[in-house]
Amino acid sequence: MSPTMVILVTGVLCAAACSLLGTFLVLRRMSMMTDAISHAILPGLVAGYFLASGPNLLIGALGATGAAILTVTIVEALQRSRYLDGGSAMGIVFPAMFALGTVLVSRYFSDVHLDTDAILYGSIEFSFFDRFVFNGQDLGPQSVWIMSTLLVINVIFLSLFYKELKITTFDPGISAMLGFSPVLVHYSLMLVLSITTVGAFTAVGAILVVALVIVPAATAYLLTDRLIAMMSMSIVIGSVAAWAGFEFALRIDASVSGGMVTMLGLCFLLALLFSPRSGLVANVLRQRHNARRFAVDLLLMHLWTHETTDMEASESTLGHVSAALRWTPNHATGVIDRATDQNLIRNEGARLILTDAGRGQASMLLAG
Amino acid sequence: MNILSELIFDYTLRNVALGSMLLGIVSGVLGSFAVLRRQGLLGDALAHAALPGIAIAFMLTGSRSTIVLLLGAGIAGWIGTMLFLRIVKDTTISEDTALGVILSTFFGFGILLLTIIQNQNTADQAGLNRYLFGQAAALVASNVRTFAILGGLAFLILIVFYKEFKLLSFDADFAASIGLRIRSLDILLTSLLVVAVMIGLQTVGVVLMAAMVIGPGAAARQWTDRLVTMLVLAGCFGALAGVTGAVISVQGARLPTGPMIILALTTIVLVSLFFAPKHGYLPEYLRHRRNRRTLTAPDDTSVRDLREGGAA
Repeated sequence: MSPTMVILVTGVLCAAACSLLGTFLVLRRMSMMTDAISHAILPGLVAGYFLASGPNLLIGALGATGAAILTVTIVEALQRSRYLDGGSAMGIVFPAMFALGTVLVSRYFSDVHLDTDAILYGSIEFSFFDRFVFNGQDLGPQSVWIMSTLLVINVIFLSLFYKELKITTFDPGISAMLGFSPVLVHYSLMLVLSITTVGAFTAVGAILVVALVIVPAATAYLLTDRLIAMMSMSIVIGSVAAWAGFEFALRIDASVSGGMVTMLGLCFLLALLFSPRSGLVANVLRQRHNARRFAVDLLLMHLWTHETTDMEASESTLGHVSAALRWTPNHATGVIDRATDQNLIRNEGARLILTDAGRGQASMLLAG
Repeated sequence: MNILSELIFDYTLRNVALGSMLLGIVSGVLGSFAVLRRQGLLGDALAHAALPGIAIAFMLTGSRSTIVLLLGAGIAGWIGTMLFLRIVKDTTISEDTALGVILSTFFGFGILLLTIIQNQNTADQAGLNRYLFGQAAALVASNVRTFAILGGLAFLILIVFYKEFKLLSFDADFAASIGLRIRSLDILLTSLLVVAVMIGLQTVGVVLMAAMVIGPGAAARQWTDRLVTMLVLAGCFGALAGVTGAVISVQGARLPTGPMIILALTTIVLVSLFFAPKHGYLPEYLRHRRNRRTLTAPDDTSVRDLREGGAA
């Protein structure tokens, strides 16, 4: 594989592994846990470095996973206090862990390379040069190995616990009644998330992990209501954004992680604006459509109420309609035009008369 | 005594301590509202969202002065806030996911811009990098003045709208029903948080800002049920953490100030969680145990009455 190919493959594998979990985190309203975990693993990494007296991938990862699980447990415990919600609990725990890690690094390891910048940015650019060497044999770039392993772990986890995850996510009460333990499922998900975050972050950095877990799933959530569709969409969105961000970053000579996240942001923004079911544009159009239909309905009901009464002649002129319904003359003309176009009313002289269709609709509306 | 005289006469320490104290007060008081409204992590998201603003302000002006960069940070943070409120209001996406999306995408975009600046200018951009992890040790008198002005303005607005903010935090539905414009109030209160974040970026940095916003309020909540008391306590806790962190970091070799402030704050939070007389874990546990004992004690008249089918 060429160096650029390695970066791309790492990015796409990471996107797939993260989006799979992200779907459930977004649905369970626990997205920010990724953010907390990705920062809280720092003291664990330092401890691993200390124990192994040097950089050792496995011991470092074990330490980091330990720190992640510790974080999840403390957050859960704090959350049980009535005065802290989950977000605040996270916001106290992970900065404390990160601060502890930073102090340890600057106190004991200021001469070694364990840079806090690299933890945030990652160094996916150099993924080609970190090789996985076993028995003196070069088996290819380490990052591709790590990300493939994580993807396999996540796929196995999801296929084993799909049913449990689904039911505890959508109805924790029912699931507990049926004998699935929401707590157990929660902790298993957190464990897998921790492992994924730790593994992915050595390859691509904390910020890309957080973005790849949350943003594709959130984007897919805007586009569909179905779980399977949401999972597949988020994998596709994550992978496409990873590829596009990579190409973009190469062109403008900037951070690849930054480029990938920027593309993810762009995908989300597009979905937010133009999603047919819940996009902002669709919302505005729907509101306008509803407002127009309501205005026509109101006009029909007004005419129907006064039809065949003494007041009919005076109540059904343009001027009176606009005064009675408190519409500006312009607005009233617009509504009357639309109602005429839909063949609900006729304009006879200065009077507005309901057609049969209009009368039917009005009586139906008023009959409730 | 030595520390005290240093605090007063040592120029560097005085500025660092004053700056950290101001940050503690402002973020503590404004953050209390975020804690009460269960939006603690908003501060975290805003701090991250500010990064592209710093980069763009630098790209546009070429200036590295604090006020220009903080203004950029504030504008970007504010745009992030507006987007957050819009997403939560107009879509089915939950608050925490909206925060995560804003936080990660703005920050990633900021990193992209920072690396562009880095690769274009051969000159160092350490001035920008300092906002990531904060650099309290580099605070000078002019920074402290800027903080004081920003914080003062925020407090002025807070005092003017105190009653409205209080109602919004505790019963937003009622506030809406009596005709308060809760949407505008929501925007205003959240925008004040942006001010706290602007002060915090230079002192503790993006990552640790979450704790500065949440910590003092969460600790203060344990000690009181009254809003005024809580705000004052939160300000005091924030100030205490700021000064303690600054002093400790000056004493010990190679102890970074920002993280030390956070660790001091964490200690305050832990003490409050466990030992605060009203809501602390320990007093609550003792109360429960005492109640259990009273209930099971055989010579307790009220229990005997109950057993015998009520007092005769």
